[in-house]
Amino acid sequence: MNLRAVWAIYRVEMARAFRTVLQSIISPVISTSLYFVVFGSAIGSRITEIDGIAYGAFIVPGLMMLSLLTQSISNASFAIYFPKFVGSIYELLSAPVSYLEIIIAYVGGAATKSVMLGLIILATAALFVPLRIEHPFWMIAFLVLTAVTFSLFGFIIGIWAKTFEQLQLVPLLIVTPLTFLGGSFYSIHMLPGIWKTITLFNPVVYLISGFRWSFYGKADVSVGVSLGMTVMFLAICIAIVAWIFRTGYRLRN
Amino acid sequence: MHPAASDLYEITFSSRPYFSMSSIISISGVTKTYATGFKALKEINLDIERGEIFALLGPNGAGKTTLISIVCGIVNRSSGTVTVDGHDIGRDYRAARSLIGLVPQELTIDAFETVWATVNYSRGLFGKAPNAAFVEKVLRDLSLWDKKDSKAITLSGGMKRRLMIAKALSHEPRVLFLDEPTAGVDVELRQDMWAMVRRLREDGVTIILTTHYIEEAEAMADRVGVINKGEIILVEGKAELMRKLGRKQMNLELRAPLAAVPDGLSHYSLELSDDGNQLTYTYDNQSDRPGVASLIRDLEAAGVQFRDLDTKNSSLEEIFVNLLRQEP
Repeated sequence: MNLRAVWAIYRVEMARAFRTVLQSIISPVISTSLYFVVFGSAIGSRITEIDGIAYGAFIVPGLMMLSLLTQSISNASFAIYFPKFVGSIYELLSAPVSYLEIIIAYVGGAATKSVMLGLIILATAALFVPLRIEHPFWMIAFLVLTAVTFSLFGFIIGIWAKTFEQLQLVPLLIVTPLTFLGGSFYSIHMLPGIWKTITLFNPVVYLISGFRWSFYGKADVSVGVSLGMTVMFLAICIAIVAWIFRTGYRLRN
Repeated sequence: MHPAASDLYEITFSSRPYFSMSSIISISGVTKTYATGFKALKEINLDIERGEIFALLGPNGAGKTTLISIVCGIVNRSSGTVTVDGHDIGRDYRAARSLIGLVPQELTIDAFETVWATVNYSRGLFGKAPNAAFVEKVLRDLSLWDKKDSKAITLSGGMKRRLMIAKALSHEPRVLFLDEPTAGVDVELRQDMWAMVRRLREDGVTIILTTHYIEEAEAMADRVGVINKGEIILVEGKAELMRKLGRKQMNLELRAPLAAVPDGLSHYSLELSDDGNQLTYTYDNQSDRPGVASLIRDLEAAGVQFRDLDTKNSSLEEIFVNLLRQEP
């Protein structure tokens, strides 16, 4: 195992986050605060509580997930797409590093940033609403698992994308809608019959539900199913990455 | 006069694969067909000797970069085997790649990293323990030390090129690939680079450079390989190549202009300049035609006096052009 290489890549990725501190950290904090103002205050004044949880507090796990998903994907996809775009990927490909090491370094870097971001959002939210975390272990477990899974997903997008447009296509057209429709801002029990069923096909529902359970002990779907879906999505991403590396897809032609 | 066809045949034939204990890179039967169906390499066999400077010459699109990319692990080969110091580049890629430094043709660096960070990153990527003293030496050797805290984006083109070299040298490679190292580089930097390459060779580093500046190969290389349309058409020691295929020219500056070449000298195939002040004699190195000494005697006998004379060898470029012209 070339741990020095893993560390070298990881460090560069983290350095990039701190160099672009405005984009990486401050902008999500600002957008989260805006969500609180709009959803928490404006709408929250009409919906006082859901499942016995104050609306402002209810949306915190969903907001964290929203940022976690989008930031994991954009961090990881950009990290591998950019060297491909400028050509500096040659060095990575010519270095004595295995695919596993490349994955650990890039996905590890992206996931670390997302987890940090999630915690920053949590801290920001604590300024607006009273929070409680009933299952801190599971909260961290869901946080890390989701960050890793979606960083892996972002990594796949970064390898697949041939243009900047494609790089943003999946997050924009698929992930953001699924997250908004995945119960970030409401309980799926609030939806009329057919829509509730349709929503159950949205994988993000399970992520948010499980994550919210770790906070308040209340969930739309059972926690076991949430965990199972998250792990399954992780397994799918790992399988795709394994295939990419076996075939050299869009990396080594 | 063109090199005799038999010379060419002999040279081409002698470049068939041979296996020597001293070769550090051994390429055998390597082919590359891209997904588009384009055959970039057709069965390449080539051995690079330990410690030599090998120049791979060829026109654009001949397959130089593809071949290098395969050896370095950037492009997958379609068939064949490559070993680096005995390590197979597929099965034993870690050992093989650790030995290689690559300076690609394009200037591709993370623009926002500092010189110091990016060179240390390269060293780490190749699994080497941090060594600030060594990295400092590399940067000093490449006149980059005072730029160590500058971001790559602020460097001039020539400095970026040096930075690419510094990155390639950061992990103490035993083999250095320089892909078109002096493309778009000014004369001064080019001289510096040649000096650096020679220093590296003295340290025992094997250097493979591709170029289409033939004077570069001529100035630097111990051996020359010519690749064209995905095939190695010749591998030969540079001196040998020049000797076998090169030609010589002697120019004589005359004291008094001549109206025509004197009759007694007609068998020398001399050329007289338009103003009649200069005679040029072209002869090839292995020619059985009369030599320079007899020409000078015959000139004296004919009463032709000259002020000065110089001789020059034909350049590798002329040889190269002739070779490619003879390719079917």
